[in-house]
Amino acid sequence: MTHINIASLEVGQEIGSIEFLLTRDSLVRYAGASGDFNPIHYRDDFAKSVGLDGVLAHGMLTMGAAVQVAVDWVGDPGRIVDYGVRFTKPVFVDAKDGAVLTVTGKIGEIDAENSIVRIDISAVAADLAVLGKAQARVRI
Amino acid sequence: MVNASVEGKTYAETDPYLVGREKIREFAHAVKASNSMHFDVLAAQAAGYLDVIAPPTFAVVIQERSLTSVLADKEADIDFSRVVHGDQRFIHARPIVAGDELTSQLTVASVKSLGAHAMVTFETKIHDAAKQLVCTAISTLVVRGAE
Repeated sequence: MTHINIASLEVGQEIGSIEFLLTRDSLVRYAGASGDFNPIHYRDDFAKSVGLDGVLAHGMLTMGAAVQVAVDWVGDPGRIVDYGVRFTKPVFVDAKDGAVLTVTGKIGEIDAENSIVRIDISAVAADLAVLGKAQARVRI
Repeated sequence: MVNASVEGKTYAETDPYLVGREKIREFAHAVKASNSMHFDVLAAQAAGYLDVIAPPTFAVVIQERSLTSVLADKEADIDFSRVVHGDQRFIHARPIVAGDELTSQLTVASVKSLGAHAMVTFETKIHDAAKQLVCTAISTLVVRGAE
């Protein structure tokens, strides 16, 4: 059981919003923690050589940060039973200023019988939606 | 570009990966997760878990180990330098907990061509030492064709 009363929820209701500052430091840290050392995530010269505008965040870092809005809401990360995203746009991370990722969660579907709520997540950087169909199913 | 005949192919199960408590803390910091159940054993235990639990996307670390075998497979013929991550999903039977010994086994669920590009979907089943399913990780990679 959680503190959430499923009967009180409404589809469309916003559950929260978080702003993350992604810096080059964040990318290096994620590379080390995940083992994804693709140089497009830390070398400008390499990123440009493969036709990118610059260094971009690991999609999996964006995905991992974005779900925090649902985790914060339910209070227990173990209740995220299903989480999927589509990577629609890269998040370019400026060497000096980084990038701001704004994540918002809304209730997309309520399955009271199975006590599962679907949270639809929007993730925006530089005015672009960087994740598509980002949905987390949360066991209440 | 991608050999369509590998559709349905299942690769060998990876060696067990022992999930460390500090690894979970490190990964949680890296994805900017702040929930105390990633860091504090007592907080995780208060919620009914044996030890700290991993963030919902930690299974990517395990998935990566089985992806290595398909990317190294000459038959599959996937040029990693042309790969873009298209989508990703994790279906959890339970959260990953520090102390878990996890193996993973990857199946090529589908290979589709999309103009000059190819889309390959992998399904990785992650099991614990008791052979119970912990997580199914589904990943689609887009392999860009030569320009």
